[in-house]
Amino acid sequence: MDLLATALPALGEALALIFHPQQLMFLAIGVLLGLSVGVFPGLGGIAGLSLVLPFMFGMEPVSGLALMVGLIAVVPTSDTFASVLLGIPGSTASQATVLDGFPLSKKGEAARALSAAFVSSLFGGLLGALVLTFFILVARPLILAFGLPEMLMITILGLSMVAILAGRLPLKGVVAAGLGLMIGTIGEAPAGGSLRMVNYDMPYLLDGFSLVIVGLGIFAIPEIVALLRQDRAISKSGGLGKGWLDGLRDWFSNLWLSIRCSVIGVLVGVIPGLGGSVVDWIAYGFTVQSSKDKSQFGKGDIRGVIGPESSNNAKEGGGLVPTLIFGIPGSGSMAVFLGGLALLGYDPGPHMVRHNLDITYTIVWSLALANVMGAGLCILLSGQIAKLTTIRFTLVAPFLFMVIAFAAFQSRQSLGDLVALMAIGALGIFLRRFEFSRPAFLIGFVLSAQAETFANMANQIAASRFRRSFEEGFDYIASPIVLIILALTVVSVIIGIRQGKQILGSDNPPTGSKRAPLIFLLCVTGYVAWAWVDALQINMTSDKIFPATVGAVTLIGCLALLIRMMLVPETDAVFADHERGGEDRDAPHGLWSTLGWFGFLLVLSSLLGFILALGIFLVTFLRLRAQVGWLQTVLLCVFGIAFMCFLAGTLGRDFPPGLLQEYVDLPWPFT
Amino acid sequence: MSEHTTPRRAAYALCAASALAMTIASPSLADGHGGVDFSGETIEFVIPFSESGGSARWANFFAPLLSEALPGNPTVVVRYRPGAGSTSGANWFQEQDTDDGTLIFGTSGSTQFPYLLGDPRVRYEYNDWRVVLASGTGGVAYLPPDLAGMMDGLDATGLQDTDFIWGSQGATRLDLVANLGWEMLGMSVEPVFGIEGRGDGRLMFERGEANIDYQTSSAYLRSVVPLVDGGLAVPMMTWGALDSEGNIVRDPTFPDIPSFMEVCEATPACETEGPAWEAWRAFFIAGFPAQKMIFLPGSASDDVVATYSAAFNEIIARDDFAELSAATLGVYPQMTEGGAQAAFSLATQVPDEAREFVLNWLQERYGVSLN
Repeated sequence: MDLLATALPALGEALALIFHPQQLMFLAIGVLLGLSVGVFPGLGGIAGLSLVLPFMFGMEPVSGLALMVGLIAVVPTSDTFASVLLGIPGSTASQATVLDGFPLSKKGEAARALSAAFVSSLFGGLLGALVLTFFILVARPLILAFGLPEMLMITILGLSMVAILAGRLPLKGVVAAGLGLMIGTIGEAPAGGSLRMVNYDMPYLLDGFSLVIVGLGIFAIPEIVALLRQDRAISKSGGLGKGWLDGLRDWFSNLWLSIRCSVIGVLVGVIPGLGGSVVDWIAYGFTVQSSKDKSQFGKGDIRGVIGPESSNNAKEGGGLVPTLIFGIPGSGSMAVFLGGLALLGYDPGPHMVRHNLDITYTIVWSLALANVMGAGLCILLSGQIAKLTTIRFTLVAPFLFMVIAFAAFQSRQSLGDLVALMAIGALGIFLRRFEFSRPAFLIGFVLSAQAETFANMANQIAASRFRRSFEEGFDYIASPIVLIILALTVVSVIIGIRQGKQILGSDNPPTGSKRAPLIFLLCVTGYVAWAWVDALQINMTSDKIFPATVGAVTLIGCLALLIRMMLVPETDAVFADHERGGEDRDAPHGLWSTLGWFGFLLVLSSLLGFILALGIFLVTFLRLRAQVGWLQTVLLCVFGIAFMCFLAGTLGRDFPPGLLQEYVDLPWPFT
Repeated sequence: MSEHTTPRRAAYALCAASALAMTIASPSLADGHGGVDFSGETIEFVIPFSESGGSARWANFFAPLLSEALPGNPTVVVRYRPGAGSTSGANWFQEQDTDDGTLIFGTSGSTQFPYLLGDPRVRYEYNDWRVVLASGTGGVAYLPPDLAGMMDGLDATGLQDTDFIWGSQGATRLDLVANLGWEMLGMSVEPVFGIEGRGDGRLMFERGEANIDYQTSSAYLRSVVPLVDGGLAVPMMTWGALDSEGNIVRDPTFPDIPSFMEVCEATPACETEGPAWEAWRAFFIAGFPAQKMIFLPGSASDDVVATYSAAFNEIIARDDFAELSAATLGVYPQMTEGGAQAAFSLATQVPDEAREFVLNWLQERYGVSLN
């Protein structure tokens, strides 16, 4: 009762503040900005917020709040477009959406997938706000109960999703995840700063690979290249089978699933330090495990879209709790949001919830309202935007290459970004070709740093507790929360191993000779072995133990696969090679020549700078590969470059400079 | 590469400004500072950190104020070049030769310490740059109430038998001032490395996983004072502040909390002279009283430097500056011109003995080698 007595008046005040025409207008502006920025892969809430931050100072606080909240709220909504339509994970929040969303697009059901995703987002956002309204008053002790062992366990729960996403051969999934974990350890170790697989002469890799580039390289590039080889539209039929109304119906018939995934989203989002990187995978894994008929997952099951999308918007709401109560951001965009709040004169912290409850509720419910606006708008647009999947893909691809190269360059503003993108993209292509689970790889990569840090830190604190007394140490590492999550993890692994085979793999993979799969596996084994030896040479235990352990496990996996390859005939699934059958074999264009086009753009950029390179690339590509007329070529080319300039100009971003710019000073945008 | 990008930035910023129906407060005085006029220009305020840290907050605080104070009211945009603990951004700045004042660079203690310790990643030279502003801060160490009760007044001897543990960002970061200070008091404090910001360290303290911590002043005021009021934490000491003669004195922001020097004097195990003290003092001075600085490239003309100094003077002299800055910067001196120069010298020079002492100590105590 006490709770209600505090909450209700503040809630009333908050709603009065929100439904003021001026606030609504700013909220709408924020939503529109967020939608426009969020559509581009690699540019999420941080880019959008940085855009409005300079204007925060001196703004009327509630208006500024509305603007920022509107923007944050819709980024996980709008990034769905790229995930579903193009197979490009728009941000970490929608990586899992790609798994079923993109196959649906290929089936010609893009509109259905989009509207189901958006209505799930909307629902997740609203449910999240509702839960938060009461939870935020009692959240503090609950959040403080999540110490390092608990966070480590949640990370492991996230990693256990590999079991269900591993594909036909669990061992291949283990190797893929292990490789992801190992690649995640490249750079300076988080604890002691030891260098792993780099040296000071390679400054680019000191910080490791960035998630944006790995996400684009692993998912986007292989898909774009594969599609481009076909020379047809994304939708196989060339049309749109089911419309957006079907998506709404799909969501309604999976309402219960949507509710559960939203709750998962809020709960995981609330824990500071985890961020959004695990939520969608846990939600996806949960969706698959709790479904009776699993045969369609990975091939276009609408539930695989509804689950993660329900969770990712709910997570944004959940992420507000640590941000507001502790002043500790749950994610990168929340950190910028925190900076913006400071500019408006608010100072998040325990007092914010106690003394400024009305403002807190304004934030929570602005978020909900922005979700309604954003998702509503997206649902209305989805039917139209889905038509993108019916355009001949060869006309879309060069612009995707353009946007991806630009987005990748934003991560470090170095030519190294483009090289890294190309390298990871090639790896992604091989993982796809030889049927190593790309989701497993990505989960490994995403969770690598936090698994290592949490493990090291929890271990150190536990050791100190054990020194004090055995009970104290045991209470620390075996708290009830740890045990519950541990049980969940065990269940998830068992279900995953038992049923994962049906998911993410065609029934009979094409196989060819033994040679190509063997060479790839040998390369992977060689890299892992090299990284493992490298790790063993580090002096500091804290920096060595994680890559050494993971490397050893992965090596064992690799060796087991090699042995299996020696024992079985070349028709076995272990030799899966998609160049030897199905769509890829029959494609009219070759793999390497297609990838070569992208390489052409990147190499040209490093010589002439991005904009000049883009001009040449677009003209040659459209003329030679797409074989469109001169007029259309010029129009498309001008459109592409103008668009790029507008985007970069608005966001205040640079283009990759080339060798030419070292010697000649050129005016913008040729810099 | 990115220094000659001004006209379109301005154009877009203006578009954005009108489109969003927001205006920054009306122009203030724009008299000719040595003929430098930034009308219609865009100034890039680059920081070598990501959007989410304390430096981003600091830079975003100054950016709009600078826009108002510079002649011609240019647009000031904050740009982020994170990487390798801020050294990659600083290496980038070292190569810039913009001389018209449209590029400024903000550094912090994380940029200074690798420079002072001779980190192999450092390819920048502070002495090539021209400082226009130095912002100071302080730090406060705090304990849980039961442990704080074991101190005998200022004497920390009672704490020597406790196993302390705390969340630290890294042995070679700003945290080395705290690690070294506690060790000098004879306390055994085990740092848990790998947290990403001091806020995470505070959270570990709140969860009871850490039993000692420190925060810089603004974070302490914002987040720890409520804990102190709630009986969950007790301040132990501040790192102190520098007076105009270079002596370490009580931190004016926290006149009721003793400084490390006082605690050290009262604790038999600790000495306020000798190599350890000198090393601590040198790195404290490099890390706190001049923690954040704004630079122009070495190629900037004297007129440009003077224009910026005047602009920062104007900002600091604003009637509402104290109120505006309290939450973001704390109540510390913002130094310009001669003051900034003096702070710059203190922050970028440590005696060789102090450096050697710290390098040895890092190697022996944590196994960290910077070569």
